[in-house]
Amino acid sequence: MLKIENLHVTVGERKVLNGLTLEVPTGEVHAIMGPNGSGKSTLAYALAGRPGYEATQGRVLYDGQDLLALPAEERARAGVFLGFQYPVEIPGVNNVYLLKAALNARRKAAGLTEIDAFEFLEFVRGKMKFMQMDESFLSRGVNESFSGGEKKRNEILQMLVLEPRLALLDETDSGLDIDAMKVVAQGINSLRGPDRSIVLVTHYQRLLDHVRPDRVHVLSRGRIVHSGGPDLALELERRGYDWVLEASAA
Amino acid sequence: MTEAAEIEALVGRSYRHGFVTDIESDTVPPGLDADVIRFISRKKGEPQFLLDWRLKAFRHWLKMREPRWAHVRFEAIDYQAISYYSAPKVDANAPKSLDEVDPKLLATYEKLGVPLHERARLAGVAVDAVFDSVSVATTFKEKLAKAGVIFCSFSDAVRDHPELVEKYLGTVVPYTDNFYATLNSAVFTDGSFVYIPKGVRCPMELSTYFRINAAKTGQFERTLIIAEEGSHVSYLEGCTAPMRDENQLHAAVVELVALDNAKIKYSTVQNWYPGDENGVGGIYNFVTKRGDCRGRNSHISWTQVETGSAITWKYPSCLLRGEGSVGEFYSVATANHFQQADTGTKMIHIGPNTRSTIVSKGISAGHGQNTYRGLVKILPSAHGARNFTQCDSLLMGGECGAHTFPYVEVKNATATVEHEASTSKISEDQLFYCLQRGISQEDAVNMIVSGFCKSVFRELPMEFAVEAQNLLAVTLEGAVG
Repeated sequence: MLKIENLHVTVGERKVLNGLTLEVPTGEVHAIMGPNGSGKSTLAYALAGRPGYEATQGRVLYDGQDLLALPAEERARAGVFLGFQYPVEIPGVNNVYLLKAALNARRKAAGLTEIDAFEFLEFVRGKMKFMQMDESFLSRGVNESFSGGEKKRNEILQMLVLEPRLALLDETDSGLDIDAMKVVAQGINSLRGPDRSIVLVTHYQRLLDHVRPDRVHVLSRGRIVHSGGPDLALELERRGYDWVLEASAA
Repeated sequence: MTEAAEIEALVGRSYRHGFVTDIESDTVPPGLDADVIRFISRKKGEPQFLLDWRLKAFRHWLKMREPRWAHVRFEAIDYQAISYYSAPKVDANAPKSLDEVDPKLLATYEKLGVPLHERARLAGVAVDAVFDSVSVATTFKEKLAKAGVIFCSFSDAVRDHPELVEKYLGTVVPYTDNFYATLNSAVFTDGSFVYIPKGVRCPMELSTYFRINAAKTGQFERTLIIAEEGSHVSYLEGCTAPMRDENQLHAAVVELVALDNAKIKYSTVQNWYPGDENGVGGIYNFVTKRGDCRGRNSHISWTQVETGSAITWKYPSCLLRGEGSVGEFYSVATANHFQQADTGTKMIHIGPNTRSTIVSKGISAGHGQNTYRGLVKILPSAHGARNFTQCDSLLMGGECGAHTFPYVEVKNATATVEHEASTSKISEDQLFYCLQRGISQEDAVNMIVSGFCKSVFRELPMEFAVEAQNLLAVTLEGAVG
């Protein structure tokens, strides 16, 4: 599904990723952990095609396709989804409007007809119920005066509506209370499947208690310095990052 | 491409309505003196009172100077180089139905996306189409007549209802009011007239499409709307203009009179030629619009979407005289390329417990300069008056400007005045968020801008709201990336 080879990314003048290599096979869930400033969010943004995140070396294959050659909106239409760490507010634009435009853009790219309003509403209501979200949410402005938890829930709702092939979730667990965490985890787990891959960028083990990853990677100074099975996350939680960083430096 | 460059490319879309219809015009030579005014008045068969009024205005105008306080810049206008009268030659026998209308004119409306007959029939909208300076087609007149509503060209009103014209003309905007309004009073050629009798709810939205077409012809429209006690009317005005190299002056005057418990809703979508990407050409839109809430609980509401013109100088205002009367102003103004917009409103609270609401959304792009200028004045007599003002500016790209001049004068301590203002840019975060959801940059910008303007758009009549959104999209859309 996703194959990153020797990726170097600069943001402005700053070199953030320094030869990152990572493979996420189809159907797997991988967690990327690491200390602050190690480049986790940069990786997510670079994969999603955020302007200003420039790949200076290396390549990224998505389903064998050169991902970096595509503009951001085409990556999205091809099934790459980024769940934002800090979802932005778009005042005056209804959630339902954005969701429908997004879904139709994806459907159009896949050669499908646009979904009609009635069908769409049925579909979204089902997903909202699953995410335990109130109906009134649809007519509110995108993330407008949402609490931190509501914003994250909204990201997962969007993901469930768009049904991406590759979901990159950037610290979706931050700012969630225990109940919200469970709902969000349930949302993520429901998307798990043999055709999809999920990359969880996280600081903490917390989310991984609910969404068990197939692999865990440690990112430091712009590279993957250590990889392991799900137990690695537990070990990191217990011992911190220092032992990994020391081992990798040696 | 950087964000700034992308946005600049995005707003660089050229004007879609650029074409000129070739219809023979009956035009007076350029220049203005008392004889030209007599010519206009005679040509239109006007009564003496109107000619006298025009001449008084003209003599007053000769002593006036152009206002210089607006935040706009332009070359001096040579008023002697303008032709003050132009009419299609068919005007001796004005058509009584669409079949009699010059097919070229109908084709022009088609190009503008205003299929007159379709639009009129499907939407149930009466259209008084002003082409150059003379009304060519008026529809639904009979249905309106049944309700006692008079909706006709200004010339027809002068001919058929001179007593109403004489009673109300110049009572809201006196002929001495300001340089452009005074000029208009002297030379206006046509416009619209609406009279809603006591207790009548106008059975349909009244709509006028304006168009400037003959070269070097200043367009001086005059609109007068009178809503008698307890009546109700919604009036829509929309306009587009052909591509031109030379600046064209447009100095319209609109007067609204609302009596006891009457409501007038006046909506405008203005899309005149704004000039090219380098600021060459475009319409000078120097308009005086004012409503007089003359009775108890009178209600006047202005909604405007201003996307066109090289320069817009326009302050639709309300005189809140009657106790409990209400004035509203909802505005979206865009300034793209080298456009300059200086617009806003004046809410003059005279009567007790009068209320006003001002919502202004300014969008600046390219090298556009957008100014909100507003006055909220509470006179000593306006016990318990209230005003709420919200002024928001949206900037697209780094070369444009947004300016806000809110003047507040409160002379009664029981009044409440609130003002909120914000200035923001379409953020890279918002754009990327939409892109990441698969939405194109163009659609994303439209979506964000529409969201920004929502509180104004929802004040527009339904069919106009859609048109306004499309217009805004056309104005700001373009080659992306």
